[in-house]
Amino acid sequence: MKDFTQFVVRNVTKEFAGKTALSDFSLTISHGEFVTFLGPSGCGKSTALNCVAGLLPITRGEISIDGDPIDDGRKKVPPEKRGFGLVFQNYALFPHLSVFGNVAFGLHIRKLPRAMVRDRVLAALRLVHLEGHEGRFPAQLSGGEQQRVAIARCIVLEPRLLMLDEPLSNLDAKLRVEMRNELLALHTRLKVTTIYVTHDQQEALALSDRIVVMRLGRIQQVGTPQQVYSDPANLFVADFMGFKNIWEGELESVQERVGGLDAQIGVSGLRLRARLSYPEGDPRRAALVAASRGDRKVSTAIRPEDICLGRNPDGSSVRAQVSLVEYQGQSSFVTARAENGMTIELKPAAPVRMADALELAIPAEKMFVFAGGKD
Amino acid sequence: MPPGLKGGRFLLLLPALAFVFLLFVYPFLYGLFLSFTNPAGSPTLANYARFFLDPWESRTIWVTLWIAVPATLINVALAIPFAVFMRHGIRGEKIITFFLIVPLTLGTVLVSEGMLTYMGPNGWLNQLLQAIHLVGKPVRFTHNYTGVLLSLVIQGFPFAFLMILGYVSGINPDLEKASQMLGASRLQTFSRVLFPLMVPGIAICFCLNFVMAFSVFPSAMLLGEPSGPTRVVAIAAWQWAFEKFDFNTASAISMVMAVIELIVISAVLVWRNQMYRGASMVGKG
Repeated sequence: MKDFTQFVVRNVTKEFAGKTALSDFSLTISHGEFVTFLGPSGCGKSTALNCVAGLLPITRGEISIDGDPIDDGRKKVPPEKRGFGLVFQNYALFPHLSVFGNVAFGLHIRKLPRAMVRDRVLAALRLVHLEGHEGRFPAQLSGGEQQRVAIARCIVLEPRLLMLDEPLSNLDAKLRVEMRNELLALHTRLKVTTIYVTHDQQEALALSDRIVVMRLGRIQQVGTPQQVYSDPANLFVADFMGFKNIWEGELESVQERVGGLDAQIGVSGLRLRARLSYPEGDPRRAALVAASRGDRKVSTAIRPEDICLGRNPDGSSVRAQVSLVEYQGQSSFVTARAENGMTIELKPAAPVRMADALELAIPAEKMFVFAGGKD
Repeated sequence: MPPGLKGGRFLLLLPALAFVFLLFVYPFLYGLFLSFTNPAGSPTLANYARFFLDPWESRTIWVTLWIAVPATLINVALAIPFAVFMRHGIRGEKIITFFLIVPLTLGTVLVSEGMLTYMGPNGWLNQLLQAIHLVGKPVRFTHNYTGVLLSLVIQGFPFAFLMILGYVSGINPDLEKASQMLGASRLQTFSRVLFPLMVPGIAICFCLNFVMAFSVFPSAMLLGEPSGPTRVVAIAAWQWAFEKFDFNTASAISMVMAVIELIVISAVLVWRNQMYRGASMVGKG
C-alpha cells in the first residue's frame, strides 16, 4: 500500500456508552517517526491506538492520511483496508497455524504466488532471528519467540504504519530489555512509522522519537524523550516521569525575570526556593502568576537524584532523619522524614544508615513548581 | 503413578469408581455376556445372526442412520452461525438463550406430545400455513420421518448451540482482530481463523449429538411410524426385550448400536485431528 508523509489525528473523541475514553486527541505523525503513547492503565492510550487501527469507530473528530480521511466519525475505512500492522499485547498468534502459517497469513490473504510467500516469510523470520522455527506451533514457543513471530507477521506485509500495544509487558525483565533493543534496531533498519503503546516510561524514553503522555483520555504533553523527562508540562507528567518528591505548599512570592521565574514556596513551615526556567508564554508561568494573585496553592516537584547531602550555595538546608533505606546496587534509595514532617526521597552519593540525621540541599534550579495541589 | 493418586488420596476416588463400576461397567459387561450366550447360558453367535440375517431387523441400522446423521448435521450446521453471531454477547441474549434451553428442560415426551397437537393435521402450524395460502391441504409433520427429524432438531439444536457457543466465546477475540489487521475480510476471518479453531468443539458436539440422535426412542415411537419407516435400532432392541422377552438378542442389538456409535465417533475424531494439528501440540503457553 502507498506510503504516506503525514498521518493526522484531529480532535478525536471516543465515547463508550456516554463515558469519554478519549477526548480531543490531536496528533500529527510524520513518515518514519517512532511515537509512543505513554500513560497509566485507563489513560486512553489503547483506545487511541484502536481508533487509529480502525478497530474502534471514533465518536467525533477526524483521522486522515495525507489529507484523505480514513475515519471522520461517520464513515471509516475498515481496518483490513488501512494497510496498518498491529502487534497485540498477548501476541494473538493463531494457535492452529505453524510459525510459517502465521507469518504467511496476510500474504495468503493477498493471494501472492507460493514462491514469493516463502521468500518473504523466511526473510521476515530472519529479520527477527527466528530462522529454522517455521515448522513450530505457537504453543511450542517461549514468550519472547511468540513476540518475534507476532512482529514478523506484521512487518512481512510492509505496513505503512506499525502499531505495538504494550508488546513487552508479558516478558521478564531481562528479555524485555533485549527485545527493546531489537525493536530499536528493527526500527532503525526498516524506518517504518511506528506507534508504540506502553505504561513503562523506561521503554518510552529508550525507543521514541516523540512521547505522548496521556491521562484520563487527555493528552498531557507531547515531546521528545528529553523534553518529557527533563521539562514536564504539569504535575502529572512530573509524577509519572519520576519526580518522586511532590510537596504541596503555598506560593509566598514570585518574581518574573527574562526566561523564567523565581519563586518562594512555604511547605509546612519550611521555605523552599525555586529558580524556574518557564519562558514567557509558557502556560506554567501564566498559571503561577495567576496563583500568586489567587489561592496561592502550588505543588513542587523534584527528582530524588537531584537532592544532595549538604547545604545549598546560599547556606540553606533541610534537616531530616532517614526512615527507610532500599539497597539498589549502584546506589541506595533513601526515604527521610524532614523536621516539618514532609517525606523526602533521595539517592545519596554517600552511603547512609537507618536513623541517620541528614542535612539536605534542595537545589532551586532543579525544582519545578506547578499551580494547584495534587489532583 | 501421577502425584495425585499417591497413597491415601486414591481412596477418595473409590466411591466414584464404585458408582461407575456398578452402574456402567457391570451392566455393560453383563449385556456383552448375554449377547454372546443363549438363554441356557452356553456361548453362541445366534443372537447376532438373528439381527443381521433378518432384513427387517438389520435395516433398522440404515433407518436410524438416515434419521440421526441428517438430524445431527442440521443441528451442528444451524448451531455454528448462531454461536458465531452471538459469541461476543448481543442484546437480548438471555431471553434468546432461555427460549433455546426450554426444550432441553421439558423432556422428550412433553415436547413430542406438544408437537403432536401443534404440528398435527389440524394443529396451529397447519392452520397458519393454510391461512397464508402457503399450502392447500394440511402437511403431514407427524407420524412420519419428518416428525422424528423435527423433534430431534428441536431437542438437539439447543444442546449443540450451547456447546458450540461455549467453545466460540472461549476463542480469544484478539485473534479475530489480528486476522482483520492482517487484511482478512469477515468471511476470510471465519474460514481461516474461527472455523479451524472451532473444529474440536464442533467435533465433540457432533459426536454427542449423534449419540443422542442415534439412540432415539421416545420421539421415534410417539412422532414417527414405529411399525416401519422409523423403526430405529432402539425400537428393535426394545421389542426383542419387552415384547419377545429375548434379552440375549436385545443385548446383541444394543451392542451393535454401541459399535456403530463408536465407529462414527472415531471417524469424526480422525477428521478433527487432521483439521487441527496445532491443538494437539503440547507445550508452554
